[in-house]
Amino acid sequence: MYGFGLLKGFSVTALNMARTPFTVQYPDRRVGLFGLAQASGMNPLQFAMKRPGDAVRAILGMAKIKVELPQAPRFRGQDFIWYVERCTGCASCAKLCPLGIIRIVTDPAGRETQEGEVYDVEVFDIDLARCMACGICVEVCPYDALHMGSGFERSKYAFKNLLITVDELKQMPKRPSTWFRPQLEAKGYDPHTGNEADWRLVGRHEMPNLTQLKKSWVDDRTK
Amino acid sequence: MTLRTEPVTINIGPHHPSTHGVFRLRVTFDGEVIVDAEPVFGYLHRGTEKLAEERTYVQFVTLTDRMDYVASMTNNQGWVLAVEKLAGITPSPRGVWLRMISAELQRIASHLVAIGFFLQDLGAFATPLMYTMRERERILDLFEILCGARITYSYMRPGGVFQDAPQEFWPRLDTFLKEMPHYVDEYERLISGNEIVLVRTKGIGKVPADTLINASASGPILRAAGVDWDLRKKDPYEFYDRVKFDLPLAKESDNFARYIVRIQEMRESLKIVTHCKEQIEPGPVRPKEVPFLVRPPRGDAYAHIEAPKGELGYYVVSDGSIAPYRCHVRAPSFINLTLLRDMLVGWKVADMIVTFGSIDINMGEVDR
Repeated sequence: MYGFGLLKGFSVTALNMARTPFTVQYPDRRVGLFGLAQASGMNPLQFAMKRPGDAVRAILGMAKIKVELPQAPRFRGQDFIWYVERCTGCASCAKLCPLGIIRIVTDPAGRETQEGEVYDVEVFDIDLARCMACGICVEVCPYDALHMGSGFERSKYAFKNLLITVDELKQMPKRPSTWFRPQLEAKGYDPHTGNEADWRLVGRHEMPNLTQLKKSWVDDRTK
Repeated sequence: MTLRTEPVTINIGPHHPSTHGVFRLRVTFDGEVIVDAEPVFGYLHRGTEKLAEERTYVQFVTLTDRMDYVASMTNNQGWVLAVEKLAGITPSPRGVWLRMISAELQRIASHLVAIGFFLQDLGAFATPLMYTMRERERILDLFEILCGARITYSYMRPGGVFQDAPQEFWPRLDTFLKEMPHYVDEYERLISGNEIVLVRTKGIGKVPADTLINASASGPILRAAGVDWDLRKKDPYEFYDRVKFDLPLAKESDNFARYIVRIQEMRESLKIVTHCKEQIEPGPVRPKEVPFLVRPPRGDAYAHIEAPKGELGYYVVSDGSIAPYRCHVRAPSFINLTLLRDMLVGWKVADMIVTFGSIDINMGEVDR
C-alpha cells in the first residue's frame, strides 16, 4: 500500500521521541527545583525551606549546574604533564615531534652525579597552537618524564597565549593520562578520579641503584 | 512569440554546504537537465605525500589520520601494512586482531556518516543524520577508551598497535555488538521502505558495471553494481581469511543500491568484530624488536586494504633511511569521484546532490 513505508518511518521517530536524549549539555545544564535539590543532596522541600531564593530561581528556570563530561583515562588532552625530577633534558621529544613545536634549551647544572652530568631544563616551550595531540613526544620519552594531560578547555584569545612554558609545566596539576603508560593502567590509576600522581609512581622502572648503574656503565664501556 | 534558450554553466561550490568540503562542480544545465558536469579538485590539497618524505615511518601515521578523517583507523591500517611489507616486520597476532576490530568498527562508523549525509542531501533534514550520529558517537566512545582520541587516532604502529585494549573496553564492546543490530533495523524501518526515498533514489545515478571497472572504482559503489570484488576476500590481508562473512551485493547500481549495500555491510562488519573477539589471543600487541625508527631496506612496497570507501593503497619507496623516499596514496574517494560525470548527465538538478552524496567521498582524501 502506498504510504505504508512513511507510516512505518513515523513509528520510529515516535519511538525516539520517548527515548532519553543522547545529547549532552555543556558546559552547564539547566535544572528545575528537583534537579537542583538533587545536586545539592537534599529533598526538594528541605531545599525550598533552606534556600528559598535559589528554589524560586530554579522554578523560574534560571538555575544552572556545571556538567562534568565523562572521559576515558587514556584521553589525549591539550596539555602536558612534565616531571622535572625525571627529565634529563635529552630532547627526544623535541627531535621526534612531527611538527617540531617543542623547543628545549638546557644548561649544565654544574653538579656531577655518579651516572653523569645533569642538565637543567631552562626552556621547555610547547606551542599548542600547532599541536595535534598525537602523543609521539610521550611515546619516545625514555625516562617517562613527559605525559599527556586530560584537559581540553584551553581556548585563548591570542596564539601567543597558547604557548606552554616551563613554569606553567612545573605548576600543572600532575594528573597524567594513561596514554602510552601501561604501568599507570596496571596500577589502576585514573586521572579524573585519582589523586595527583607523584613522580615515583609514573615510571616504567623503579629508581636505579646508583652503584649497579655505574658498574654496568663501566662494564659496557670496557667491553 | 519564441523563447530563446541556451545552456547555462553554474559553479556548485567550492564553498557550498552540500559538497562535503571544498569541492567545486562545474555543471552545464539545459533548463533543469544536466548536460555536462566537471568535478574540480584540489582546494584541500595539503601535500601529504610530499610531507611523508620528511617524516619517519611512525610519524607519518599521524598524518594518515588527516586524509580520510571520517575513517582514520583504516588509513592507519593501510600505512602500517605497507611499512610492514617494506621492512619485513611480522606483526603480533593480538595486535592484528585489535587492528581488525578497530578497522571494522571504523567501517561501521564511516558507513553511518555516509548514510546520514546521503539522506541529508536527499532533504531528510537532520533526523536520520542525528540517529546515525548517535550510534557513531558510541563507536567514538569505544575508540576513546581504546586510544584516547575521537577522530585522529594514530592507534596503529608497524608491528601491531601501540597499547593493549584496557579492561573496560571489552564489556562496552559487547554491549555495542548486542544493541547495534537493532539500531540498523531501525534505520531500515525508517528509510528503506520510505516512498519518498524510493522515488528519489531508485534508478537514479546509474552507472554500468564495466564503466566502473574501467575507471577502477572500488568499494560499495562497485559492489552495488553486482561486481563481486572485496579485497578482504580477494586478497586477504591481516587475518581476514580466518573470519567468516558474506559480501553484500546489489545489481541495480543506482543510488538506492549503494545505500542498501552499505546497510548490509554494517551487519557483516558486526559479524567480523564478533568473530575477532572470539579468536583474539593474549600476548604482546607489538613485537619488542621493532624499533621506533624503522629502517627498511632499499626497495618498494604496495599494500592495499578495503577501506570503507574502497581500495586504499599505499605505495612506499625506501632508500634505506628512516624516512620514505617517496610515498603515493591510492585514495578511493578520488578515483570514485571521477565517475561523477557518468552518473549525473541526463538527470535533474535535484538528483545531482543526491548522487554526489551516494558516492560517499571525503574531500580530505580526494585532495590529500
